[in-house]
Amino acid sequence: MTRTPTSTHDSLARELARRDAAWWRDLAARLAVSIGGVSTILFIVAIFAFIGSQGFEFAWNRLSWSELFFGTRWEPTVSPPTYGAWAMIAGTAWITAVAMLVAVPLSFCAAVYIGEFATGRRREWLKILVELLAAIPSVVWGVIGLQVFNPMIQSVFGVQIGLNVLNAGLILGLMAAPIMTTLAEDALKAVPDSYREAAEALGATRWQVIYKVVLPHARPGLSAAVLLGIGRAFGETIAVLMASGHTLMAPGSVFDSAATLTATIAAELGEAAVDSDHYQALFVLGLVLFFITFAINLLADRIVRGRRRS
Amino acid sequence: MVTAAPALLEVRGLGIRYGDKVALQGVDLQVRPNEIFGLIGPANAGKTSFLRAINRMDEFVPNMRVEGEVRFAGHDVQHITNLYALRRRIGVVFPLPVGLPLSIYDNVALAPRLRGMRSRADLDAIVERCLRRAALWDEVKDRLQNLGSLLSGGQQQRLTIARALSQEPALLLLDEFSIAVDPVTTMRIEEVLKELRQELTIVLVTNLVQQARRLADRTAFFLGGRCVEIAETESLFSGGAKDQRTIDYLEGRFG
Amino acid sequence: MTRSAMDGFRATAHELRSLQAQRLMRLLFLMMALLLLVPVLGILGVLVVEGAPGMTWEFFSQKPSKLGAAGGIYPALVGTVWLTAVALMVALPLGVAAAVYLSEYARDNWLTRIINMAIVNLAGVPSIVHALFGVGAFVHFMNFGESILAASCTLAVMTLPVVIVSTREAMQAVPKAFREACWSMGATRWQTIWSIVLPNSVSGILTGLILVVSRAVGETAPIMFTGAVFLRLVPPESVFDRTMALSFHLYTVSTQVTGVPRHVPFAVALTLILVVLTMNALAIWFRMRLRGRKKW
Repeated sequence: MTRTPTSTHDSLARELARRDAAWWRDLAARLAVSIGGVSTILFIVAIFAFIGSQGFEFAWNRLSWSELFFGTRWEPTVSPPTYGAWAMIAGTAWITAVAMLVAVPLSFCAAVYIGEFATGRRREWLKILVELLAAIPSVVWGVIGLQVFNPMIQSVFGVQIGLNVLNAGLILGLMAAPIMTTLAEDALKAVPDSYREAAEALGATRWQVIYKVVLPHARPGLSAAVLLGIGRAFGETIAVLMASGHTLMAPGSVFDSAATLTATIAAELGEAAVDSDHYQALFVLGLVLFFITFAINLLADRIVRGRRRS
Repeated sequence: MVTAAPALLEVRGLGIRYGDKVALQGVDLQVRPNEIFGLIGPANAGKTSFLRAINRMDEFVPNMRVEGEVRFAGHDVQHITNLYALRRRIGVVFPLPVGLPLSIYDNVALAPRLRGMRSRADLDAIVERCLRRAALWDEVKDRLQNLGSLLSGGQQQRLTIARALSQEPALLLLDEFSIAVDPVTTMRIEEVLKELRQELTIVLVTNLVQQARRLADRTAFFLGGRCVEIAETESLFSGGAKDQRTIDYLEGRFG
Repeated sequence: MTRSAMDGFRATAHELRSLQAQRLMRLLFLMMALLLLVPVLGILGVLVVEGAPGMTWEFFSQKPSKLGAAGGIYPALVGTVWLTAVALMVALPLGVAAAVYLSEYARDNWLTRIINMAIVNLAGVPSIVHALFGVGAFVHFMNFGESILAASCTLAVMTLPVVIVSTREAMQAVPKAFREACWSMGATRWQTIWSIVLPNSVSGILTGLILVVSRAVGETAPIMFTGAVFLRLVPPESVFDRTMALSFHLYTVSTQVTGVPRHVPFAVALTLILVVLTMNALAIWFRMRLRGRKKW
């Protein structure tokens, strides 16, 4: 098998200068998978472009933005039609606020218990349970709102209608809590153990460690969790449509029925004639939703990343 | 030594930096075909960085910068058409052994398969030959289907050597291969390396000065990122070293 | 040991108090954690109690009658399988490709940062906005019409981040040393991916696949305007047909149809939840099993 030095040299040189099948295959694979990578950007841009373009003609020529945001009457089918989305904006805000009042304490306490107190098997089981909760479909939550919470609210609070802000808020709170628990627990986990050990070495109890050391350091992550929870509750559609009573009036209390931006689109898109003003107005609402969730996600991402860098 | 043949590896003005930290500078040397070229020196002398630059592993170290020129078979490795062919023809054994999470058999058969070898008989032959040469065959011949990544450290080291040999390299770079291997096995592998000199060229980085003496035809001494001295091994070890630092190192005064 | 030395370890009144406070806190947090879990488990209990009587063989094998108030859910079941399968066929290759790109080829540059941002936002966009996109892009622009194809494409775009994230995580769990060992042998990046990285991230790809199925089965908003119909008694025959779907059927029998017996929506909801939770449990089991199997 001995090769003479010179011939080895020449055949080697030829080999290094030749692009073989493996080389070309790698190039092809690289191109193929980068299409996959770039497709994500493409989809985000396309979502913006398609929703924007569907509503563009109407938004540009006939829509008054001040009426959209502050007008109290959403009457696209009477003539002359009015497109005031204030009732839905208020409804969305009310329901999201109630949802957060439910979800923040529940999820943060659950995260602290899972992350700081629970150990071993119990901890694993709790995490699995939380994960399973997050998987319950929206429409099933809607049925729970209609069939379980509705009569419950009616009898407990003695109100006529159980499909209201409270019902939808409770549902959304329970829906958002699992994902917020997971995010909050991640935030707690990101606090280095050395901090905890240092505080414990000084004789602090577990709770003192959590309260004085862990929570302050986890604050950015926890705020990101709340933000993403808001984004989640805010974007939820079918469950709110079913549980909120879907009434186009700004609510005055948690016992009033309400409508959200998302639910209005879902309720009316089927009835609006394609390319009519009504149809386009619904796409404008979609665009508003898109921008708000975009902003929430970017902000949450910023907070978490900014934390990691420092 | 045959001096008429062109050098297999030619290094001119090689410098390596990691960010601001200089690991190697101004290295000039030539490795001739079918020789064992020893590379000795204390820790942080730049030996491993030198090897990385040869088979272009700098591509995978984010802040590693290479200056100067490395020529393999006449090609500047920085501007080579088919980088994979370069790495295929250069076998490397780094000091931390890595058994791939494949069966022992597949670990050794991987390189031939990537070259397109499909015949079971050919693969069997190459696997056995490489494992024998790496002094691992007797220990694993009955369990070739076990995971290579679950072997002991010393066995993984020899598996890595077998894998490098399965590439049928023209140049073999060994970086402290005996670090996790017992002395008897080390001796067996050293015997194999001497035989292999018939077929290929070896650059042997070692922290064992005596290993370089036993194996290398010529030896270079690296210190603090510079190449201090290159000489025929025999003359270097029999009092022919010119630089005082080399003499001190060989006599064990530092390092 | 003398008595005085022992005393040095005895808790002071203050320390005892803080220890008690600690126990109290622990209990309090456990209660709050349970407050999250118990109502939901109770609700699931209600679903089982109310829905189980309706879950007969006829319920799964027959067509609905009286607008869904009676009969079974067979066409909706078949429709959901169609929708999910087609969504998977679109989302899986795209998502795995994106994950391979991000984990194995991409460098840390502006393009990668934008892609990551796009994934985060794609996951955060409300489902109804995805529905609007589906209507604009797939139903009208691509001219798929309201069909399984349009609905599945919408679901695929929506679940794409799930596939990407779980695949990428699994790929990044493969130690870099394996890649370097492979590269140093002259393997191309693609050969390394194919022979080392992908075989060791199958768990992540499978988890992603299962989670996509679970998401696609449960979603309602994205399909209600892109291909799901209220009533269609024959199962679909091609991807250009419209179809009934389990989730949309649950929505309509709960809200649009009058005179539905109480057990019907519960039975549909129970069916849906069983599918989804089984899928998720499967994903969790997979992850734990593969995490437990030591390969290096």
